[in-house]
Amino acid sequence: MEHIRTPKVEQVKLLDRFSNKSITGTLHLTATHLIFVESYSTSAQEIWILHHHIASVEKLSLTTSGCPLLIQCRNFRVVHFVIPRERDCHDIYSSLLRLLRPVSYDELYAFSYNPKQNDQQREEGWQLIDLAAEFERMGVPCDQWQLTDVNREYKVCETYPRDLYVPITASKPIIVGSSKFRSKGRFPVLTYFYQEKKAAVCRCSQPLSGFSARCLEDEHMLQAISKSNHNSRYIYVMDTRPKLNALANRAAGKGYENEDNYSNIRFQFVGIENIHVMRGSLQKLLEVVGTRSLSMTDYLVGLENSGWLRHIKAIMDAAIFLAKAVTVEGASVLVHCSDGWDRTAQVCALGSLLMDPYYRTIKGFMVLIEKDWISFGHKFADRCDQLDPDPKEVSPIFTQFLECVWQLTEQFPQAFEFSEWFLIQIHEHIHSCQFGNFLGNSQRQREDLQLKERTYSLWAHLLSEKQNYLNPVYSPSFAESHPVLEPSTQAYHFKFWRNMYHQYDRSMHPRQSILKHVLTLKDSNRELEGTVQALKTKLQKFGVSTSPQKPQTPPRERSLPPRPQSLILGAPLLSRKEVQQEEEEEVFGEEAREDAPVNTGGERTVEGSSATENGYGELTGSFGSKNEPSVVTLEFGVARMTC
Amino acid sequence: MELSEHIKTANVEDVTLKRPFHPALRGTLCVTSHHLLFSDRKDEASWQLLILLRNIDAIEKSVENLFGYPRAVGSSGTITIKCKDLLVLQLEIPGMEECLNIASSIEALSSLESVTEMYPFFYRPSHLTLQGPWGLSSMEQYYKQTERLWDRWRVSTVNSDYSVCPSYPSAVIVPREVADDMLIRSARFRQGGRFPVLSYCHHRNGMVIMRSSQPLTGANKKRCKEDELLLQAVIDGSELGYVIDLRSAQQAQQARMTGGGFESKSCYSHWKRIHRHHERGKVVQESLIKLVEACSDPSHSVDRWLSKLENSKWLSHVHSALSTAGLVVECVERDGHSVLVHGSEGTDNTLLVSSLAQLILDPASRTVTGFLCLLEREWIQAGHPFQQRCAHSAYSHARLKQECPSFLLLLDCVWQVWRQFPLALEFSEALLLRLAQEAYASNYGTFLCNSEQERCAAGVKENTHCLLQSLLKPDIEEQYLNPLYEPTDLAIWPSVHPQSLQLWTGLFLRWTEYAQNMVEAREEVWSIVKEHRERAGPDQTNNTLSTHCETLTPFENLMDELTIL
Repeated sequence: MEHIRTPKVEQVKLLDRFSNKSITGTLHLTATHLIFVESYSTSAQEIWILHHHIASVEKLSLTTSGCPLLIQCRNFRVVHFVIPRERDCHDIYSSLLRLLRPVSYDELYAFSYNPKQNDQQREEGWQLIDLAAEFERMGVPCDQWQLTDVNREYKVCETYPRDLYVPITASKPIIVGSSKFRSKGRFPVLTYFYQEKKAAVCRCSQPLSGFSARCLEDEHMLQAISKSNHNSRYIYVMDTRPKLNALANRAAGKGYENEDNYSNIRFQFVGIENIHVMRGSLQKLLEVVGTRSLSMTDYLVGLENSGWLRHIKAIMDAAIFLAKAVTVEGASVLVHCSDGWDRTAQVCALGSLLMDPYYRTIKGFMVLIEKDWISFGHKFADRCDQLDPDPKEVSPIFTQFLECVWQLTEQFPQAFEFSEWFLIQIHEHIHSCQFGNFLGNSQRQREDLQLKERTYSLWAHLLSEKQNYLNPVYSPSFAESHPVLEPSTQAYHFKFWRNMYHQYDRSMHPRQSILKHVLTLKDSNRELEGTVQALKTKLQKFGVSTSPQKPQTPPRERSLPPRPQSLILGAPLLSRKEVQQEEEEEVFGEEAREDAPVNTGGERTVEGSSATENGYGELTGSFGSKNEPSVVTLEFGVARMTC
Repeated sequence: MELSEHIKTANVEDVTLKRPFHPALRGTLCVTSHHLLFSDRKDEASWQLLILLRNIDAIEKSVENLFGYPRAVGSSGTITIKCKDLLVLQLEIPGMEECLNIASSIEALSSLESVTEMYPFFYRPSHLTLQGPWGLSSMEQYYKQTERLWDRWRVSTVNSDYSVCPSYPSAVIVPREVADDMLIRSARFRQGGRFPVLSYCHHRNGMVIMRSSQPLTGANKKRCKEDELLLQAVIDGSELGYVIDLRSAQQAQQARMTGGGFESKSCYSHWKRIHRHHERGKVVQESLIKLVEACSDPSHSVDRWLSKLENSKWLSHVHSALSTAGLVVECVERDGHSVLVHGSEGTDNTLLVSSLAQLILDPASRTVTGFLCLLEREWIQAGHPFQQRCAHSAYSHARLKQECPSFLLLLDCVWQVWRQFPLALEFSEALLLRLAQEAYASNYGTFLCNSEQERCAAGVKENTHCLLQSLLKPDIEEQYLNPLYEPTDLAIWPSVHPQSLQLWTGLFLRWTEYAQNMVEAREEVWSIVKEHRERAGPDQTNNTLSTHCETLTPFENLMDELTIL
């Protein structure tokens, strides 16, 4: 709190990023959030920004109306305030600079966040995902694969979890020897087991082969992996880097497997670029799509030049290669990149998702992230910029994974139990530091931080609002008929994920959502069905047989269908008011129904759909813009009728 | 020449057909005057491919002549047929001569020039009769139904013999106080005689959208008093109207050199002119060709695909059409002013913008009937030259003449609106796809000819069936309904940020596996909606709560009684 010099500034203007619209309100600065509350309006808009979400704060040069402050967030929100007095602006600016760079883990929000749960509930939350049970589900341990305790004390590899699965024939000396020959000690271990063909997906880091070094233990290790699968005489070794990068690494004493030294391997480069390229690519993408009055040509050219979709496709291609090798050829695959925690995690996780319908359910997806990302040491703290880090370590690796999954949901609308809001919500929380799951860089560090005792689990939180993340057209029978997804990688399937990168730019979104609508219908179907059953049993209890001529039994109390929170708006902690607003936006809400007729008259447009926002332009400037206050203020009211 | 004289080989056996989503099939190929038929020999009744020859945009033939003898065993040919609905299929035909004969028949019969030889004049299904009215509504009927027009507007039949403006319908709606002779004068001052006529009157504020062609001011700034008075009568004392000129200011200036021009500030003092550049004609047709080419090459890398997509400029056209339509709506709905829309000829972009604006503004045009009426009024009757514009589609190698996919562009824009307001339109994507297909090749006469005058002369109304009517037959209409439809009275302004616009995959990628998954998902949505309707009672959807409450009460009473017992 000592960093906050000015907790409240009034008469602050919030400018819309893509239009000339602005709203006036009060800016509050708290220990955890920056809050903007619109004034003079019945349906006052509130914006809550968690300090951890802020990527950068910029003070722009003074204008006649005040001092502009530009804030860019990691969840792709961009807000542009104009603060009347320069002094206030500077205070806010310097407070934010300090607040958004926590120096120790203890300052992170997760350690102060309290969702009013007792210790038992917290513990249960952390127990939701059990990786041992997950390996059991895959059929491991089995006659070929066993649990090793070699890393129980994190002695062999600091960044791996304690429990690791290796081939039965790999003895401890082999493991230790192999780990010494691998970057950061990350030796080959099992991450997914394809039971049907007894084929394994293993992961590791690059070998320290340099130009000629060999390691017999490492060669044994790969041999052991190969031997454990009787279906195939060879294993694939996928180096997910571009060949050039791998070659360059050889000069530093690292490199890739020499096919002559390892028997029965098929070596393959797949060419996913490194974290620096990915960071630059996203930056370019965001610059392009953040441009005001962007033309179609500049948009498409910018999209191409950013290379973002090309990178997404590269990851997808690699995952498809992996899934094919395992499911079609029945071969085991060893995946690595440099350190084996970025590209390797992307490819292993996405590959498993293609092979196993379980990972396409809500629970399964959590397990997948817990396994391939959290436990195997994807450096969330560094990559997501959680704790005043090296800017060169920041990279949207996990975001890319989520986007790949989204691209798949677009191709296979029925294959996933969750909708894109689930992905977006997870993305929100890798940066929010509100829950303990993604804090730190490795399991070991998480244990040191005692996260399970001191913070809450995101998974429990997400499961408690599962309703909001369901995909209404999900069909389990699709999973049965398509256990392995075979996505097309034709270029036109890779689309710009507007709902992620513009999640806060409401003027850009479809004004009505099929997803929300169908979800509500489905919910109400289920409820109606439930009520019918309840009434039937009740009647039976009274000895009345349900008369056949009675039509469908109407529901008793039609309680409101759970409303999917608009995640577009969703700051992690919604104020009471904001929640209410969102509720009001829902069509089927009771209040909405009552309110609707009152508002039918008058001049209104559909939500967020006022002309000024859409950039038809010209008219406003050229002809003394006639501001229709009704359009602006009724924005929320209108939505009720139209969603 | 009789049509049948084009057919040298009518039947070929042992032809192999390859097409998307289906395994290759062997069967008999048959060419008739208007169709290409393929039937599976095994089970002739059950499976047939029937392609309207008019639907064929281009054919490519490659002949393999193995031994150099014309009739040698083993010589065969492959014909690749590219249709206007973007389907591509291949026929492997044994025998070189047969192959060439078939190819030449298709070439000749697919590009018939004479309207009365076209299939709609021969299409006689048993469930339709030629009796009864043709089309959905006439201008007079539209006027009668639209009460808000009665005060200030009238129907003029000055064009009843199509002499004032050959491309206009016989009746048009004009300001009440403007006499017919003034219209004639104004028509002389407008290209092609397309004087300003009413296109839409907004139900909220009585403001109107007018459309016309460019005024013929020419290099020496000619004036036409009647034209000025006509426009003055449109705004009727209100302070201002907008002229939305669909050309850039520079193009409009240049048009004066060739006799065209624009409404200058000095002559039309109450009208404010806004220029918006729109590509037209050949450029748009080439965009379509490039886009379809980009879509049909699956080997592109992401970068190349994006570059080709950009290069085609198709989405830019969609973008500008929607932006300008939005601008028109902004003038009418938000600022409360009347608008005159025109480009040069007033038969393409003008109609595109005026009809899109109506879709955005007017809830009535978002129903199936309303939308089809809109198309009839704003495209068919208003004289969009369908025959010229849709003579060829994206695959044709023929030299471009008057082709331009304006209508396809409209459908794409409507699709974009539907994407952003998936509940606001009563019809679904399927209707748009059907229309896209019918505009290029049809069993029906609706899209034949270039204007009402030509349709009258050719006897289209007497001798063909009307597509719009048949689409509205209850059992057919059902296929085109949007299950999620919930009418809204409000204007539905689409967002025109490039990020909000998308490639119309349903049309341009309709023959890829992509479309298949979407179909399944859509069916799932349908079934959820149906389930909901069944569960929640008959006249549901809009009144969930109230109906429930009503039916609930007696039930609750019953329950109460039982509890007391």
